[in-house]
Amino acid sequence: MTAVEHATEDLLRELAPQVLGVLVRRHGRFEECEDAVQEAVLAAAVQWPAGGVPDNPRGWLVTIASRRLVDQVRSDTARRAREIRVVARETEAEVPDADDTLALLFLCCHSSLTPASQTALTLRAVGGLTTAEIARAFLVPEATMAARVSRAKQRIRAAGSRFAMPAPEEWPERLDVVLHVLYLIFNEGYTATSGGDLHRADLSREAVRLTRMVHRRLPEDGEVAGLLALMLLTDARRAARVTSSGDLVPLADQDRALWDGDLIAEGVALVTEAMGPGSMGMGVDSRVDLVTGAMVRPPLGPYRLQAAIAATHASAERAEDTDWRQVHVLYRILERVAPNPMVTLNRAIALAEIEGPEAGLGLLATLDGDDRMAGHHRLHAVRAQLLEKTGDLASAREHYGKAARGTASLAERRYLESRARRLRASGDPFA
Amino acid sequence: MKFLLSMHMNPAVWESLTEDERNEIMGGHSTFMETVTASGEMIMTQGLADPSQSAVVRVRGGRPVVTDGPYLEAKEYLGGFYLIDCESRERAIELAAVIPDAGVEGMGIEVRPVMFSAGRLDV
Repeated sequence: MTAVEHATEDLLRELAPQVLGVLVRRHGRFEECEDAVQEAVLAAAVQWPAGGVPDNPRGWLVTIASRRLVDQVRSDTARRAREIRVVARETEAEVPDADDTLALLFLCCHSSLTPASQTALTLRAVGGLTTAEIARAFLVPEATMAARVSRAKQRIRAAGSRFAMPAPEEWPERLDVVLHVLYLIFNEGYTATSGGDLHRADLSREAVRLTRMVHRRLPEDGEVAGLLALMLLTDARRAARVTSSGDLVPLADQDRALWDGDLIAEGVALVTEAMGPGSMGMGVDSRVDLVTGAMVRPPLGPYRLQAAIAATHASAERAEDTDWRQVHVLYRILERVAPNPMVTLNRAIALAEIEGPEAGLGLLATLDGDDRMAGHHRLHAVRAQLLEKTGDLASAREHYGKAARGTASLAERRYLESRARRLRASGDPFA
Repeated sequence: MKFLLSMHMNPAVWESLTEDERNEIMGGHSTFMETVTASGEMIMTQGLADPSQSAVVRVRGGRPVVTDGPYLEAKEYLGGFYLIDCESRERAIELAAVIPDAGVEGMGIEVRPVMFSAGRLDV
């Protein structure tokens, strides 16, 4: 791809959701509008690199897409009545579209859809990816993804969803779903360790791009900033997370020189700002500051807290420099804000670093009765790790084995099996 | 999440079914395929030939040793499978329960998560 084509593609992906927003606002009919916009974008991708970008690219796309929409409606004579409405509305005055992209995002993340449909529709309508690209990213056939997208559009129509910003009282709940969908897209790309690696990494980049877009429109929202920071700080570790042969490297063993310093700087700055004025002076006293920030500016959401934890790890030059007390306090707050056994599990790791592995194991024991954790491989893995530190190698090996059998990730299984094997090699009499 | 729903077939049970019962099962598969295709959960399905057509290959001392018949001597054998991509394990189990074989005494569907995928999927 040439530089001009790249620039065109970036521009088109920025404009596509805005154009779709304008069309849906004018005409309703999300499904037809979406097809029309895809066609207009395709026309632009062919014409602009050669003929130059028009002075008003957005207006150009709106005109072409509207024409396609009218053609489409006109081609069906039974829809003649609707055509008249379409044409009539075209003459309506242009409304400023600052919030169109957001409204579109809210529509794609409608609560009547399953998370899989929300992510697919968001990537297509807001992200401007083709169905084939989305299918590749999720490692499913194109026909599967096409059916998913089309079902999602039908559901939105059946639910009678309107293209509009949600009412103020609905806002927090709806934004929550949007952020969750963006988080899912990011994770789908980040946790990829096999198969179509390249495409799946693209998925993380796409999630970051979309979250940046939301952040630009809602700069005051701390959770949006928190999610963006969390993504950047996580992404910063990508190169260190897997060896060249595809083996997972745990945080403590990662080569921190491979971490992306620019992403970390941006992520830390974002989360520091989002945590509140008390935490602006990240630096020597970052520990106190992040925690103070967490206390003084309620309500704190889970994304900011997770980002703050990621920032704490990112700020340690070596694993042994990690400020585990700060990590532990942040997990405690997170436990209160968003109670979840997985958070308690992570807190146990931090607690073990501060008070010793027995204290961590004690906290893990409180999770044994929790149905949500019953037999979960992460519980076995953390228990194994702490048992190993106490010197109970036979039990540690047993739990590594359970964890390896419990995971559905090939890379994780390989890692856990290698931990179990290493204990056997270390001369344990029960091996 | 991807799951393999494998159909464990028992020839003795199958033989004992009436023509109508067999037709009903076949019809149930068509309905099932339409449903999961429309929902965007179907990746693919394959039905396998009779295990009497199987061959088992073992390489011993660098030489292949081939025997006819299935690998396992069992009453049930793998008759075919659905490969699906769905929201959760709960959904996969819900779908497995709709496969007509699940309702036949002496047969069942095994639901198992997929850990690794490769190859062309747009067949």
